[in-house]
Amino acid sequence: MLLLRGGLVVDPSIGFEGEADVLIGDGTARIVSQPPEGVATRDVSGCWIVPGLVDLRAHLREPGEEPKEDLASGLAAAAAGGFTTVCAMPGTRPVNDNPAVTEALLGRAATLRGARLLPFGCITEGMRGETLTEMAGLRAAGAVGVTDDHRPIDDTGLLRRALEYAHTFGLLLMQHCEDRGLSRGAQVHEGAVACRLGLAGAPREAEEAAVARDLRVAALTGAPLHIAHVSSGGTVALLADAKARGVAVTADVTPHHLSFTDEAVRGFDTNAKVLPPLREAQDREALRAGLQDGTLDCVATDHAPHTPLDKRRAFDAAAPGVVGLELAVPSLLALVREGTLSRQRWVEASAMAPARLVGLTPGLASGDVAVIDPDFEWTVSEQTLRSKSHNTPLLGRRVRGAARLTFVGGEAVFDREESGP
Amino acid sequence: MRRLRHVLDIASLERDDILRILDTAEAFFEVSRRPVRKVPTLRGKTVVNLFYEPSTRTRTSFEIAGKRLSADTVNMSVASSSVTKGESLYDTAKTLEAMHPDVVVVRHGASGAPHYLASELACGVINAGDGMHAHPSQALLDAFTIRRHKGRLSGLRIAICGDIAHSRVARSNCVLLRAFGNEVRVVGPRTLIPPRFGEAFDVRVFHALEPALEGADVIMCLRIQRERLGEPLLPSNREYSRTFGVGPQHLSIAAEDAIVMHPGPMNRGVEIDPRVADGPQSVVLDQVEAGVAVRMALLYLLAGDGGSSPEQEPR
Repeated sequence: MLLLRGGLVVDPSIGFEGEADVLIGDGTARIVSQPPEGVATRDVSGCWIVPGLVDLRAHLREPGEEPKEDLASGLAAAAAGGFTTVCAMPGTRPVNDNPAVTEALLGRAATLRGARLLPFGCITEGMRGETLTEMAGLRAAGAVGVTDDHRPIDDTGLLRRALEYAHTFGLLLMQHCEDRGLSRGAQVHEGAVACRLGLAGAPREAEEAAVARDLRVAALTGAPLHIAHVSSGGTVALLADAKARGVAVTADVTPHHLSFTDEAVRGFDTNAKVLPPLREAQDREALRAGLQDGTLDCVATDHAPHTPLDKRRAFDAAAPGVVGLELAVPSLLALVREGTLSRQRWVEASAMAPARLVGLTPGLASGDVAVIDPDFEWTVSEQTLRSKSHNTPLLGRRVRGAARLTFVGGEAVFDREESGP
Repeated sequence: MRRLRHVLDIASLERDDILRILDTAEAFFEVSRRPVRKVPTLRGKTVVNLFYEPSTRTRTSFEIAGKRLSADTVNMSVASSSVTKGESLYDTAKTLEAMHPDVVVVRHGASGAPHYLASELACGVINAGDGMHAHPSQALLDAFTIRRHKGRLSGLRIAICGDIAHSRVARSNCVLLRAFGNEVRVVGPRTLIPPRFGEAFDVRVFHALEPALEGADVIMCLRIQRERLGEPLLPSNREYSRTFGVGPQHLSIAAEDAIVMHPGPMNRGVEIDPRVADGPQSVVLDQVEAGVAVRMALLYLLAGDGGSSPEQEPR
């Protein structure tokens, strides 16, 4: 048992926000007014005690690309970032398109200290966009959702059946929305920056056209659809409209799309190359507004670790993606400090909403708890990041905000005091 | 004056840098017209021409420029079929580094590849064309040619015609010519001019030849690359030459003393009518001659000892 003293508790599951002492252990956490005698105590004044953060979308690279990341480093990085649950994307080598891979992942994760792992399986065998996977088997093995990762389901008929079938077994279908005809050859967002740099760009409409189609198909089936990493302001408007019509759609946005624009690509910085691409200031503003008003339900990191071999290349040959597990908190808290995002919305979008989407019951009572120090300043570097990879435009920058302690099921899985900054 | 470390694109050069390059090129221009066309300026220096894309003109121009300066010039042509785009760049960079060149001249199919090489190499890097991004030596030789013919490099109306979208020549020329206060017009079908081009480069955009050429002092034609015909951008050469090919009838719309330029190689009868290409207003061969002088200037300013005095450190 551990007593957390002096923190600010924000727990939407019980509608509580205020300073309180929290007793954690035995698989749960609760607010106590009279702490029991003889319990180990930690002073966390100045910190926020919140339900553990949940990441709907991370690439942990195991099996197959362990030089970039593996479950041990990925789940440790997640815990250091305040995450208590991480959903692993299936685009590994081999892909997670069958129960054996799902079981192997969960078996290995059970031996590791860090965030809890919840795998997503593939929508189609081999992520080839042709035949549906055995989703009942994936579900039984422990998968919580299906996605073909960064590959959209292009075939509209197949998407319909995939939504219906996944819904049958209570699996969340997550789609990367991209009209690949409109984005052919794209390296970046199609805008003035791409024009100057002579890089082929994907217009916003490559995302919006796909989102518009997917929303219609979701409405047709009545099945829940989750749209990953929204990058365009137009998508926010499409989502608001669909939600008003009662379509069962949810969506997430990444910390990097909330923080950067395509200006970050100037000078051919491959650490700013991501999929979907960073767009323009007007998009970033719309994403921030959409997150605050709830049109965008959650934040997901889209954590995509890459080695220098993948990034130290000519721009078009560099792999897309940035690491995010340890940068979500400082990136989002910057918005909270600025006033573009309320603290309540940050907790809702980072912890509550994503937890519900994958079938968890969020709240301190679950024992999944993060203690966030909003004023902890640190430098993003190869030394401070727990992830094996360091591909981020934030490398070398000072940031503010970090998890101090992370608990899964009442057990500490991360403690900054014992593992250093 | 600052020492030039790399020449990666026009945007990273200052106006003074550009003028210094052009003035230096004027001096070298005369060298190429002497009976003995060689000076000892870069004796003992090594220039590597690293070409990932086939090129005859630019590579030869850099090679002659290096030789006329007495540099040891080595050509490395990397067959693009044998390597995935960009894949071997890191290894190539490290291999080159070990040979201690003074300047690497690089052409690559990927936008930004020379910037990447510059970040890995200790020596100077000259971009001889990267993807759709930049071709600074071409823009400089075009500026040199314009200045020689027009007596000035500002206040001119310049029309750039053709495949603007895929053209590094167009991009570098737009940046340079706008920096010197010219009116720049780009013209081509909508499939060959990106929607944001006008805003990105602060130029005027036209989709018909006649209004774009009205009163133009300089007409620049760009090569229509055959491979573009495979993409749904242009139906045929025939239709292109009818709608956007520059012919004799267009010269009467432009200024009386307009010059016609083309970076080469020309598709006679497609983007430019042979009567224009070989006519009295064409300065195409002057451009080729200027190319050697401008590239001599670039090599000299990067590798020579005259780029800066000792107290002026690279910034």
